[in-house]
Amino acid sequence: MEISNAKQVINIDAQLMERINELLSHYPADKKKSALLPVLHEVQDAHDNWLSIELQDKVAEILEIKPIEVYEVVSFYTMYNQKPIGKYMFEFCRTSCCAIRGAENLMDYTCEKLGIKEGETTPDGMFTVVGVECLGACGYAPMMQLGDYYKENLTKEKVDQIIEDCRNGKVNLH
Amino acid sequence: MKILLEHANVPGIKTYEVYRQNGGYRSVEKAIKSMTPDEVVEQVKASGLRGRGGAGFPTGLKWSFIDKKSGKPRHLVCNADESEPGTFKDRYLMEYIPHLLIEGMITSSYALGCNLSYIYIRGEYMWVFRILEKAIKEAYAAGWLGKNILGSGYDLDLHVHCGAGAYICGEETALIESLEGKRGNPRIKPPFPAVSGLWSNPTVVNNVESISAVPWIVNNTGEEYAKIGIGRSTGTKLISASGHIKNPGVYEIELGLSVDEFMNSDQYLGGMMDDRPLKALVPGGSSVPILPANLIFKNAEGGDRLMSYESLSEGGFQSGSMLGSGGFIVYNDTTCIVRNTWNFSRFYHHESCGQCSPCREGTGWMEKVLHRIETGHGREEDIELLWDIQRKIEGNTICPLGDAAAWPVAAAIRHFREEFEYHVRFPEKIKNRDHFVAEPFEKVRHLVAKQEI
Repeated sequence: MEISNAKQVINIDAQLMERINELLSHYPADKKKSALLPVLHEVQDAHDNWLSIELQDKVAEILEIKPIEVYEVVSFYTMYNQKPIGKYMFEFCRTSCCAIRGAENLMDYTCEKLGIKEGETTPDGMFTVVGVECLGACGYAPMMQLGDYYKENLTKEKVDQIIEDCRNGKVNLH
Repeated sequence: MKILLEHANVPGIKTYEVYRQNGGYRSVEKAIKSMTPDEVVEQVKASGLRGRGGAGFPTGLKWSFIDKKSGKPRHLVCNADESEPGTFKDRYLMEYIPHLLIEGMITSSYALGCNLSYIYIRGEYMWVFRILEKAIKEAYAAGWLGKNILGSGYDLDLHVHCGAGAYICGEETALIESLEGKRGNPRIKPPFPAVSGLWSNPTVVNNVESISAVPWIVNNTGEEYAKIGIGRSTGTKLISASGHIKNPGVYEIELGLSVDEFMNSDQYLGGMMDDRPLKALVPGGSSVPILPANLIFKNAEGGDRLMSYESLSEGGFQSGSMLGSGGFIVYNDTTCIVRNTWNFSRFYHHESCGQCSPCREGTGWMEKVLHRIETGHGREEDIELLWDIQRKIEGNTICPLGDAAAWPVAAAIRHFREEFEYHVRFPEKIKNRDHFVAEPFEKVRHLVAKQEI
């Protein structure tokens, strides 16, 4: 994923800091770096689902590690977004078991409906559609990840309903 | 015979109270009050339990390698990074019976002498991560975790840690790197984690399903566990079934059940979806060789194929496969094997960590060559080229991801070569993504044969 120069408002509030400290308590005091992956998830969730360079620097400061140690992790793992993305990111599994149950055609349908190509975000910033690799829901194909949850055994009708629910603010992401 | 999913359907089994009422945490009581750690290890050894993540290495033996002499802190890490395409069994266990894994972690940590243990779960299973976090809090509150458990003087802290989307972190040394807050690059072995693992301390990494079998073994003895199953495939195994079948889902089977019964009886998969013909099977997750229809229910010698480590690998890679992780993917006659192999290669290319050139470059080459064959731009010599690339990846990388990427390609060419030839020779017939849905390969196979005169 390309890196973005877009500006991000950084807000590590008391609640988020409390959660970060809880996560840090799971590791020995001299192994703060171990908390990096879980902490990045929490920080990203609280910042519109993406991590700017400035935000990554902030995480480095909190964990008392070098910024490069955060950058190399953020760029390695697919769940960290390095540029702004849609409020609702539809991540369709496209690996074998989902593919043979129609995932590719369903993703095409979704893109067409939203007027975007795979990997793109709608101009209003509401939706992003991406194809991802196996999410471990092979028996409930086709499926997608939306926030912290899976939407399984999908059909065109179910996708229509999910889009509708997103537009009406009825979908919980976390 | 159900061991892992015995109480899966009990209402409320997710909660501590109901789990406890159904005999939960008995193995912790038994182990801590009446057994030495070594006695627990001996029971697991006697059970014949083999690693359920895919490799099938004996769990008790792995435990016996942990370095107890150095005096360093020891760790047990549960591998819940389930990411092998076709595999979704660990998620089922953790989502519906989270306390079983936690009980297994406590009993196993006691056996290994660990005071700080972790469950490493893939980041996409975020809602399961939260289920486990809650269950761990319940276990602390009930006194099963923390200081001086059951007044024994034994202390254990257990935490759940989440990944962030990287298949490679299912490899145990990559998982350890990731748990240390780094990129998931596998380490060169030796040293093995049993000597130098998490933070250079002796560490054992076990799959969710393996650890979840430990409570039953401790409660009922390893000898009783070894009576279940067949030969060296003892006990029960979770199979996650997907693809073109009537009843996809997670099943607990006694090892040794025939593949035929598993596939076709109503108790299990219920046969093929829409009653279409069976074309191929990947029995143990995307990394294991694909089997053509004639080698699924019978091996090459005509003997019955069973759901066991030994039977599924009968015939080696020439005519067999592997039980692997139990990711059972069924394909009907509308499936394009070339497209499916390209799909797998794209997966491995995406998931290669990039440390070893044969894997980093080779997986990309295979993806490209397969893609051009699948989209009608293939060349006659591409099939040999693919064979050559996969052969040069296999065995030449730090971790088994290279092998896992090579095997599906090799098996597809070995068993479905004609389909590759068809793609190369009749590009106009495969333009549509669903080319075999309208006209299965069986109907056009004769075209390839005619050309060979």
